[in-house]
Order: sequence, then C-alpha cells, then structure tokens
Amino acid sequence: MNTLLVVIFSFGYLLLLFGVAYWAEKKSNQNNNTLKPYVYALSMAVYCTAWTFYGSIGRAADFGPDFLAIYIGPTIAAPLWFLILRKMIRICKAQRITSIADFISARYGKNTSLGTLATIVCVLGVIPYISLQIKAIATTFAFLVNHPQQTSLSSNISLLSNIPFWITVLLAVFIIIFGTRKVDSTERHEGMVTAVAFESIVKLVAFLVGGIFVVFFLFNGFDDIFSRAAAIPALQKSFTFDASYNYTDWLVMCILSMFAVLLLPRQFQVAVVENVDEKHLYKAIWLFPLYLLIINVFVLPIALAGQLLPISSNFEADFSILSLPFVYHHQGITLLIYLGGFSAATGMIIVETIALSTMLSNNLLIPLILKVAPFKKIFIHKVERSIKNIRRLSIILILLLAYAYFAEIAESYSLVSTGLISFAAVAQFAPAVIGGMFWSRANKNGALLGIISGFIIWFFTLIIPAIIGAGLLPKEILSEGLFGLGLLKPNQLFGLSAFTPLTHAFFWSMFINVLLYVLGSLYTKSTNQEEIQAELFINVSKYRVAYETSVNRTGQIKIKEIKSLMEQFLGQEKTKQLLTHFSRRYQLNLLQEDANADQRLITYAEKILSGVIGSASSRILIESIVKEEEISLNEVVEILKESQQFISLNKELQQKSEQLKKASDALELANMQMKEAEIIKDDFLYSITHELRTPLTSIRAFSEILYDNPEIDTLQRQQFLATMIKEIERLSRLITQVLDLEKLESGKQNIQHQEIAIKKLVEDVLHALSQLMKDKNITLSTSFPEHLPVVYGDQDLLSRVVNNLVSNAIKYCSKKDGEIKVMVLENEGFIKINITDNGEGIPDKDKNYVFNKFYQTENQTKKAEGSGLGLAICKKIVELHQGEIGVVDAEKSGTCFYFTLPVAKKL
Amino acid sequence: MSVARKVLIVDDDPAIVMSVEFLLRKAGFEVFIALSGTEAMVKIKEHQPELILLDIMMPDVNGYEVCDFVKQSEAYKHIKVIFISAKSKDEDIKLAYSKGADLFIIKPFSTRRLIEKITALNKEDYKTIN
Repeated sequence: MNTLLVVIFSFGYLLLLFGVAYWAEKKSNQNNNTLKPYVYALSMAVYCTAWTFYGSIGRAADFGPDFLAIYIGPTIAAPLWFLILRKMIRICKAQRITSIADFISARYGKNTSLGTLATIVCVLGVIPYISLQIKAIATTFAFLVNHPQQTSLSSNISLLSNIPFWITVLLAVFIIIFGTRKVDSTERHEGMVTAVAFESIVKLVAFLVGGIFVVFFLFNGFDDIFSRAAAIPALQKSFTFDASYNYTDWLVMCILSMFAVLLLPRQFQVAVVENVDEKHLYKAIWLFPLYLLIINVFVLPIALAGQLLPISSNFEADFSILSLPFVYHHQGITLLIYLGGFSAATGMIIVETIALSTMLSNNLLIPLILKVAPFKKIFIHKVERSIKNIRRLSIILILLLAYAYFAEIAESYSLVSTGLISFAAVAQFAPAVIGGMFWSRANKNGALLGIISGFIIWFFTLIIPAIIGAGLLPKEILSEGLFGLGLLKPNQLFGLSAFTPLTHAFFWSMFINVLLYVLGSLYTKSTNQEEIQAELFINVSKYRVAYETSVNRTGQIKIKEIKSLMEQFLGQEKTKQLLTHFSRRYQLNLLQEDANADQRLITYAEKILSGVIGSASSRILIESIVKEEEISLNEVVEILKESQQFISLNKELQQKSEQLKKASDALELANMQMKEAEIIKDDFLYSITHELRTPLTSIRAFSEILYDNPEIDTLQRQQFLATMIKEIERLSRLITQVLDLEKLESGKQNIQHQEIAIKKLVEDVLHALSQLMKDKNITLSTSFPEHLPVVYGDQDLLSRVVNNLVSNAIKYCSKKDGEIKVMVLENEGFIKINITDNGEGIPDKDKNYVFNKFYQTENQTKKAEGSGLGLAICKKIVELHQGEIGVVDAEKSGTCFYFTLPVAKKL
Repeated sequence: MSVARKVLIVDDDPAIVMSVEFLLRKAGFEVFIALSGTEAMVKIKEHQPELILLDIMMPDVNGYEVCDFVKQSEAYKHIKVIFISAKSKDEDIKLAYSKGADLFIIKPFSTRRLIEKITALNKEDYKTIN
C-alpha cells in the first residue's frame, strides 16, 4: 500500500481526534446530560486496547476460548461496582483524589512513601504495556506499507521506523494540550474523555466491519467457518480447551482482570477521576459488559479464518483481521481495520499517560521538590506554571520510556503476555485499596509491606524471566535460582513447581501481599492521621455532607497566608470565588485577614490543593506552613458529627421556619380578609340601619301626632296615614332587598337555568312599566335583532334586572321630554341589553361606584330615591349568569346602563 | 309662654318635613321649609330664621355645609342649629358639634321630646340674652 496514504490516514485520524476533543472542551459548558452517561461508559471501554483488537485473535488461534477470560472477569465483577466503584467515586470526590497512587496514599494517612511506591509500581508495570500499543501501531503500519516484501519490524529502514516515533510525538502533543489544560487534576478532561469515547466507537465499528467482512464475504456465515474449521483436526483445539490447558491460568486471568478494570491507572482515571455524576455508573454497569460482549463476537471466527485461508504465514496470527482484507485486496476495509487498531492503541496510550503523569508529578516529583528548600521556593513562586511544566515533563518522560522500551525490548513479547504482566502489577494494589475501603484497622505499615513484597515477587517471577529471555541476564538464574539458591528460581519460587509462570507469580505475590498487609496492619499501630483517613474512607457516605468541615488538624496560621497560598495555586479569581462560597456556607468572617484561620478553612485549603498536587504533596505543603498540634481521631469524629448535626439541624430549622412563615402568612391573609369582611359587614349594617331610620322617623312621628292630636281633621289624617303607608312599604321593600341580596351573595338563591326568549322577557317588563311611563310622558323606543340566539338563565331574576334598570331610567330621565331606548344586540357570543335614558347622567367619578351597595350612603352626602341596593342586586344577578354589567354616558345626554349574557351556555 | 319664633326645616324627605312642620306650627312657631341644602341657604337669607332643624344627607349641599354657612357668617352665627339625622355614629355627632351645632337629634325621634328640647333651647337662649 502507498506509504503516503497510510501516513495521511494515521495523522488525519489524529487530527480528527484533536477536533473531537476540542469540540467537547468547547461544549463542556453546555450541559448535554443525556449523552454524558454514554460517553462515560464508552470511555471505560479504553479497557479494550490493541490487546483486544489484535491480541485476542492471536490468543484464540493458539488457545481457543482462553482469550475470553479477561472479559469474563470484568463482566462478572460489574455488578459489584455498585458497591466498590461507587464508594471509590464518592471517596475520590470527597477527598479530591487524582489517581490510584493518590488514593492509596490518602487512605493511609496521606503517606508520601506509599504514593511514591504505588507510582513506581504503576510506571514499571504499565510502561511495557504502553510500548506494546506503540508496537501494535508500528507493526500494522509496517505491514500495510511493506507487504508483501517485508513484514518484520527489525528490517525497517530508519525513515519508516520513525513513523511510530512521530505518532508518539503527536500523541504527546495531544496529551499535553488536552491533559494539562487545567492545573486541578480533579477537574474533568472533557475533551480527552470524549475523544476516548469516540475512539471506543471507532474500534468497535472497525472490528465489527472486519468481522462481518470475514464471516459473510470471505465465508458464508458462521456455520461455514465453523464447519470448515471442524474438519481440520489442527483447528479443533480452538473450540475447546485441550487436555494440556491449565484451567487455573484461566481463573487467574479472570481474577486479574477483575482487579485491572478498577485499578489500572487508565481505568481509575476514566471510571473514577473523570466521573461527573455517580449515576452515570448505573449505565456503565450494563453498557460496559455489553461492549465487551459485542467486540468479542468475531474474535474466534477471524482467528479460524486466518488459519483456514492462505495468507502470508510469516505474519503473526495476532494481525489476521488486518491481513485478511488486505490479502483479498479490500483496501477500504483494510484501512478501516488499521484505524480501529490505531484507535484502540492510541486511546490506551492517551489515558494511561495522563494517569501516569498525574501520579508521577503529584506523588513523586512534587513531593520531592517540596522537600528540597531551594526547589520549593521556585515552585511556590510560579506554582501554576511549575505544576503544568512538571506534568508536561512527566508525559514526555513516560512516552519516551515507552518508546525506548518498544524500540529495545518489546520485540520479543506478544500483546497478551505483556498485558497480563501489567495486570499482575496493578493487582498488587487490590488488598490495600479494597481492604482500605472496608477494614478500619488496615494501616500504612500493612499497606507498605504488602505492596512492596507483592511488587518484588511480581518483579522476580515475571520480569526477571523476561529480562533473561531478552538475553540481558544469565539463563542460570532460571534453572539454578538466584545466587544459585534452588528456592529462588523465578518460575519455581520456594520449590513450587505445579503452576504455570502466570499462576505461579499471581499465587506468590498475592499470598505474600495479603499476608503481610494483614499482619502488618494487625501488629503495628496506626497514627492519628491514619485513623482519621480510615474513618473518612470507610464511612464516606456518613460524612459526605459534612466533609468540608472535617477538620483533621489543629494548627495556627493567618487567614491571609492561607489565602495567598491558594492564590498561588488557583489564581486570585478562583480563590476569591472558593473562599466566598466557603465563608457563606459556614458563616465565617474571612475579611479580617490578620486573624488566625479557622481549622475548617485550613482543612478546606488542603483539600483544594489536593486536587492540584495530590493529597500527599498538599499535606506536606500545609504542614510546612501551619504550626501543628496532633489531633486524635475521636476529636475529629466529634467535630464531624457536630458539623453533620449542625448541617442537618440547620436544614431542619430552615424547613421549620419556612413552614412557620407560610402558616403565619396564611394566617395574616385570613386575618386581613376577616377584618375586611368585618368592615364590609359593619358598613353594611350601618347602611341598613341608616336606611331603616328614615322611613321609621316619619312613621313614628305621624303615629305620635295622630295619637296626640285626636282633633285633626279627616283630610289631614288621611294624608298622614297615606304617607305612613308609603313609608311602611318603603321599609318592607328595603328589607326584602336586603334579604334578596344576602341570598344571592351567599349562594342560597336557587337559580333556574331555563331557555329564555330575551325579546319576550324585555317586552313583558316594558309592558308592566308602560303605565308609569305614560304617566310621566316618556317616549319609549325598542330595537331587537331579527334572530336572537338562545340564552339560558333564571327568568325571574333577569326580569328583575331589566325592571330595575328600566325603573331607574324612568326615575332619572329628563323630566320634560323623557326618552328611554331599550336596545338588544348580539355580539361575539354575548347578548347585550342597553337601556338608555336622557337624564342628567352620572358624573364620571361616580360611575365606578353605582353598583356598590348603598352607594348613596357611602358617598356620605348624596342621596337619591331608592334603597341603594337595586343596582347591587342587578350586578350580582348578572354575574351569576356569567355576564357583565356596566354604565356609560349616552351619546347625547343621559346614561346608558347595559348588561350582557353569554349565548347558549348552560350555567 | 313660648315666644313665636321663626324656624327653618331642612330635609329632603317630604314625609319627615310634613310631620315636623305640623308639630312646630302646632307649638306656635313660624315655619319655613327647604327640601335641599341650596334651598336652605336661600331661605336663610330670605327669612332670617332663629332656629334651623337640619338634616345631614341631602342630594346637593349637605347639612354640615349648611351649618358651616351659618356658623361661619357674622350675620347668621347666632342662629341655633339642631341636627336631625339618621347618622348615629359618634364621629358624625362630634363633627356636628365641632361645627357649632346646638343639638343633635337622632332619627327616629320622639315628637314630644323634640318640642320640649326646642323650647328648652329657646328658654336658655332667652336667659343668656337677658
């Protein structure tokens, strides 16, 4: 294949990756939460490296179903994540932990040596694994470019062998750009994670395309491949474990992969450090195993196909997924597969390097710098740039080491075996990590003993033989034992010869590791700091709320010193923001900068700095500026409990006072309404008594006169009596109206809703009043539309409204040429009845009040005829019919009262 | 023996006016009638009554205003003002007295006591004058 084409493809893909990461960083501010759980789950698939993409096929070709072990392990363990991984996430969020080494160091009293040890284990254990990814890229690249002339790496000319180097360089640039943007390594690398998730999709799609091509294009489906393979005795071993297969190896691989999926630096990075929301874990618990299942479907068929079909025999079986489409001249598919493998490898390199560089800088380099006074001075002086530079240096260092390992040693090792060696290395953390989360007696000494012993055994049983294999150490060590001691044969330690090298290494390292961890923890004493950290780790859920106030030190330092320390790391703005938030939350006064800082503030600062430089470094830094006194676990737990109670009490109080406020508001409102109602009632009663007094006055006066003056002539007597009768009528009318209104307002009035012919109703009322109008010489004119829609309502009540309005019109219209117009209109779902007189009209200021009860009396001094309740009753009736009532000036002079009724709408 | 005096009845309720008019004429007063506040002011100028029986709630000019008209004028302030009103709240009565009213009678009133009170007021006045 054309070299240029492959180069363009490789670098083009890397540029695309830059684009994806850049896009994700930009979008990270917008919360697109629906995708995030999937991105999280897919980023965990960084577990599938070139080992999965190429190595599994080779492994399947040699050992059959053996390759599945490392996927079955995580699949079985996934439900347990709910317990373990979730707790890890919680702890890391609470403690601002940045890596697996940081985790171990923080758990055991923020011990620097433990962090350093864990970092060394990771770097030594994982760098060969990174090299293998570079090797995979280099091999496949060389294959595409050179085939069929040469496929061996060693014979590459220098220019071509530089291509993997340049790819490594470009990856370093990528990691530096997207991995060290923020100094706080607990902040998420959105861009990097999205790019890795994208790579997970690419490698899955590529693998599936390759699988479908092989199974359905080169063969006629699964049946075809399997039956043809079954016919060849040499291939039958692929279907089953053959008799010589070591089952314990399989089990060991399962267990190792269970640990690895949690403890490998890159897995810890994506699953724990990059976790945004612990709920995303619930999706990953099923999505990640599903991913593993799908990517493994075609492994066995491809492995068989590689052996069934005549492809170049001097090419490793590992790469048959690539060589098959290549040999059959499907250039497009070949390139896609190449990119799939490329993405599997680069994804792993990127995340692993970031994780390792964080460890290297936070747990090894920065603690070292902080311990050397002149370096510390420089570091503190330009802290942000220093941290970034240290981290960049770490990245370059790691990739350089990996490249060197690839160029010098990696040649002789397969993907799978190197991967398993890495797994076995990080498995040494398992006792300290998992024990540390559940066993409170576990302490630093136990952890140190366990990890050191496990690591030494790992090195001796797995690495020494590899070095011997590379010809760098005498072979005699293998056969005679170290220093000629038979008990120290790397593959038969203490005379144990029953196991394969992997199982042998696993057995001894884990056995000694766990043993020393437990014994060390039981027989040595924990320091206060360790006890505090143990309590905080094991009961993380209990203290989560109160975490920020979990004081774990007592010491004296001025507020301004803490502030300036934080500013050096985080910048002025971020510091101000954090401190404002903190002071508001705990109601601390931070303005008096010369005062001694509250213990909570010191602890908070330490925690914030942990996110930047790791917990051990942060502790060293804080300790170096704070005058410390020892604080016991009991004191810490007391303080924690207090703040926990304080917080929940506070919450409770707040809730209570909110409820109280609501209740008192409601009460106040009710009170006000009651007072208002009382005022209205008082006014109403006063108005009624007032209205009653007037007719009563004349009735009383006349009856007394008639009683006292029997001599009054008949004519006058008649006149007095007639007046009395009129006044009594007025009185009873008033009482009736008061009762009517009360009835309407209280809802006791029984309202009919019958069909009403409005025209007839109006005409009837007018007819009843016609004599009165005639007497007063009033001209009446009416107008009705031709067809009136149906209106529902109460005949009697509506008649009263019309009667009242027309009576008012009669009363108030011009004394000379009285004119009354009654007009019925239809308008947008309403019928409108206008009653217009030509009287003096109502002043504008009074229009709003004429419908009020006893309006005349409310207006204090104006008084007209009538009870003062007529219009109030009209208004109430119209409102009960869901209509409106109002008054406007007539066109010329006079007043127009109107009311509306909804058309054909049942009440 | 009561001196014949000029009395002005001011009320917008004709029935009440009719009854009070009968009572006062019978008691020997010379009676003038006004059915509104404006009419009252006209009649005061015209007839110079010595006593005014004054309603408060009237359509145009109310009783308080008529009272002010009387009590704030040098020419009329000697005229006695008796409010006869259905208003019965303390503040109404206080307001009336603050405007210089001589008596406040709440409707409905006893006709017998009305004449007695008017006579008493007259006598008192007679005494102070002499």
